[in-house]
Amino acid sequence: MKFKGVFSVVVAIAFGFLVLAGYLFGISGGGGPSILGQIQVFILNVAVILAGFAILVGIFNLLIVHIGKIRQKQKGGIYSVVLIIALVVTFVLGFLAHFNFPVAKSLFNDAFLTIQLPIETSLMALLVVSLTYASIRLLRRRLNLLSIIFLITAFLILVGTAPWPFLGDVPILSTLRAWIAQFPAGAGARGILLGVGLGTLTTGLRVLFGSDRPYGGKNG
Amino acid sequence: MEDGTRLHVSLGRGGLVTPQSASAMAGLTLLRRLAELTLAGDQPPIATSGDAALAILSQDTLKTASQASAQGVYDPTAGRLTGLTPFSYAAGVIPAIRDENISANVLMGNFGVEAALLAEASERKNAFTLAASDNLAGQAVLYATAEEPLIGEELYAAGAYMDAGPLHTASLKVQDILRWLIIVVILLGALVQLLRAVGIL
Repeated sequence: MKFKGVFSVVVAIAFGFLVLAGYLFGISGGGGPSILGQIQVFILNVAVILAGFAILVGIFNLLIVHIGKIRQKQKGGIYSVVLIIALVVTFVLGFLAHFNFPVAKSLFNDAFLTIQLPIETSLMALLVVSLTYASIRLLRRRLNLLSIIFLITAFLILVGTAPWPFLGDVPILSTLRAWIAQFPAGAGARGILLGVGLGTLTTGLRVLFGSDRPYGGKNG
Repeated sequence: MEDGTRLHVSLGRGGLVTPQSASAMAGLTLLRRLAELTLAGDQPPIATSGDAALAILSQDTLKTASQASAQGVYDPTAGRLTGLTPFSYAAGVIPAIRDENISANVLMGNFGVEAALLAEASERKNAFTLAASDNLAGQAVLYATAEEPLIGEELYAAGAYMDAGPLHTASLKVQDILRWLIIVVILLGALVQLLRAVGIL
């Protein structure tokens, strides 16, 4: 392994253990933060600042990808033009709004409330169609007991949640919905979350011991 | 990837300073392994993310994998940030799935309900979809929409499935042991409560 690789592994493991130690021994006998606690807070603050800079780098990357699409006259290049114009306009408005230009502040808010919010809400509405279609396709693709239970449960939750025309709330359906949500679905969800928790633990340990190296270098 | 098509790995929106970082790490491990396996093809794989730091790490992962391969082709735009909110992220990934000659999509990381739009786009292109999320709502929609959904901790076992190293197999065994321990503790707890309720304890 090259020196750069060794150095990044050593730094990553050392900082990982320091943050972990800060969680375990972060409070001194007097109740205030211990040295390890202070180091942990400092490292996490630096990480947050770096994550902020990463957003700038990410946006630059987004620009390069879309400029490349326009240059190579790829399919959908017009959308890349719209994206770049929107990005520049929003950036300028946000920058001016930060320095309290009243018009810019109002336009910046309007851009969010009248463009981004309705578009994202529309995509959410589109999900209903996608999921309905996917449910029908599920029976064709994977016709087994689990798929049938999945669809019946989804249907019961749906009819138990929405009020019926002319009938309003049907008590038996809402009771059934509450029972499903509280017992079988709740138990299943907790089981899955326990599994996710265990997976998170082992993944964290692999990164901490340098077996998984998302920061480059050969995995162990 | 021998037919001139490419692989797309989407890493979700798990930030590195959030509790969802483990799913992002699992996704990066899988990306690394898949990149090593598919870099020999004409079209290198692409990776999309909804978190900027994750996008940078995906670029680094693809670069490292390309350096390890004989061909050594690295395209800096192969690791991309597509959007910072759930739906802008999905809206940015859909054109990649649609227009970039993708034959297989791997969605591995933190996804919410927006993952249904990605699986739907993949289905429209007749591409294979392998998907896993650490989010419960995301898992539910992926179960209905993805061709091959992974449920629960299977997300973290993906590295072991792809033969990413002995530590992955070992951590899978540790997960199994810990799961049995938790089951025993829960059953014992229930038994103690029952015995207390009937007045034996």
